Amino acid sequence: MDMINTVVQGVLVGGLYALFAAGLSLIFGVMRLVNIAHGDLIVLAAYVALVVVQMLGIHPLLALTLVVPLLAGFGYALQRIILNRTLGKDLLPPLLVTFGLSVILQNGLLEVFTADSRKLSAGALEVGSFKLGDAISVGYLPLLMFGTAVAVIAGLQFLFYRTALGRAFRATSDDAEIAQLMGLDKRHVFAMAMALCLGVVAIAGVFLAIRSNFDPFMGPARLIFGFEAVIIGGLGNLWGTLVGGVILGVAQGVGAEINPGWQVLAGHVAFILVLAVRPKGLFPRIDG
Amino acid sequence: MTHSISRSTNASRVAAMVAVLLLIGLVSAPWWTSSATLRLIGEFSVYLALATLWNLLAGYTGLVSVGQQAYVGLGGYVLFSVALFLGINPVYAIPMAGLVCAVLAVPVAALVFRLNGAYFAIGTWVVAEVFRLSMAQVSALGGGSGTSLPVAVMKPLGDKAAREAMIYWLAIALGAGCVALVYGLLRSRIGLALTAIRDSEVASSSLGVPIARVKYGVYIAVSAMTGMVGALIFLQKLRISPDAAFSVNDWTAFVIFIVVIGGIGTIEGPIIGTIVYFLLREFLADYGSVYLLFLGALAIVVMLVAPKGIWGYIAGRYRLSLFPVGYKITWKD
Repeated sequence: MDMINTVVQGVLVGGLYALFAAGLSLIFGVMRLVNIAHGDLIVLAAYVALVVVQMLGIHPLLALTLVVPLLAGFGYALQRIILNRTLGKDLLPPLLVTFGLSVILQNGLLEVFTADSRKLSAGALEVGSFKLGDAISVGYLPLLMFGTAVAVIAGLQFLFYRTALGRAFRATSDDAEIAQLMGLDKRHVFAMAMALCLGVVAIAGVFLAIRSNFDPFMGPARLIFGFEAVIIGGLGNLWGTLVGGVILGVAQGVGAEINPGWQVLAGHVAFILVLAVRPKGLFPRIDG
Repeated sequence: MTHSISRSTNASRVAAMVAVLLLIGLVSAPWWTSSATLRLIGEFSVYLALATLWNLLAGYTGLVSVGQQAYVGLGGYVLFSVALFLGINPVYAIPMAGLVCAVLAVPVAALVFRLNGAYFAIGTWVVAEVFRLSMAQVSALGGGSGTSLPVAVMKPLGDKAAREAMIYWLAIALGAGCVALVYGLLRSRIGLALTAIRDSEVASSSLGVPIARVKYGVYIAVSAMTGMVGALIFLQKLRISPDAAFSVNDWTAFVIFIVVIGGIGTIEGPIIGTIVYFLLREFLADYGSVYLLFLGALAIVVMLVAPKGIWGYIAGRYRLSLFPVGYKITWKD
């Protein structure tokens, strides 16, 4: 029974990992960019939420209405001003520039907010739970996190395949030059994709900040969790990313159950096993 | 009209002479300088070695690894285990660290080579994290809090002065050795293949360069050398812990900045980069995180404005090459 509980909690945490991963997957899909600073941007979102909550005294979830547009705007500017200049045939510039950005974000946050770990308080939502049977109790917060992840992925899926912006994303991804000829401005399309990505990052950051303590240096580990979810699920498949997040969450939960020191390690091992057995992930996108 | 083919240039002949003189000066340093200076030069040499190795990997084969700290840390831990449990002279443990890293790099390469481009970078990082978390579970080596080398283990190296000189010479040997190795490698047949891969993977593949085999070979060789450097680093420090051994900042971030600022894909780049890095550190290290902020920003600016780094800019402008790896044809009437 204990094990079932562990698995249920793992599945719910997997929702958060899928939120980490969705933005990463989106950016890679549209412009083949892997953003090393992705995790640090999640942490940045958590700090922005902290400032908003402290200044306005509102509930963290309500703060999302400000944090999401703020981060999205930042994402648009970041892509337009810096990242667009790095995209090309060579893989090195975007990788190294986002790596530099990661170091800047970590140390910038350290300068402004010190190394103290912070947390956002969401009141009763944090501790509330209901019973499923005798042994399993489901927290409202993890459930809300998981529900949000499903909604975000469904929303992205809809946006990608049913809207004009999604069509622009897919067209630019397939062939940026032809898309230019058809009247799409590549620079704007990429910036919109980054804005969307950072909107999702904002949601992930707020949930991260409610769920646990955070400090300026926890970004890289979030990047790695998101990346593992993407690879386990299969590149380019958003629903697969959700499954990847769930597998990672369950592996970590089971690992922690056996030995607390094995929590993160068990997640890495699950990732390595998938990579060894099915290098294209569990649900690779079928091309062509 | 006749022609002659040569590899060396006037600049490269001068550079070779300066290098030899510099090396003689450096090797004799324990007799004429303080131990603080020795430590600084030793550290410089270690970073030069790491930067040169990472540059070979990323600049020539396009394998951008963010996980080389896996081998630095592993090398350090091999040295500690061999010295602590087998009582072997730590100096002999350095090549053993290289061997262990080479053996381990084979399955790691098989795994991470399944990932392409940028995902390869993060994959190598995951491997380094696996190493770090696993080492934290080994209680015989101090678990998460690490362990120190007892004085008895260092006995075979002699008294304090002899020990410092020995570690210093090893650092110089590894630093100069890595540069010489990469220089020699790039002048050889493999070097031709590597340069071709750097310039165009598709074109070199169509001309029969066995890309996969060359990449595997370079990855394993670089991992082995990185492991030896790692063993030396922790012989200098006499203390190891998983967080210090597998630190992405110390052993990869700084190294990447050095190579990018100096000039990626050239032999001279990492040398220039290491000099710039140490100069910046001397002036700015007191500012702590602001210094890192500055370094990150500088790397971004270099990548956007002069993607070939300082050396790339100089070489392009003055047609200069201190370590020529190509051939030059001179026509005579």
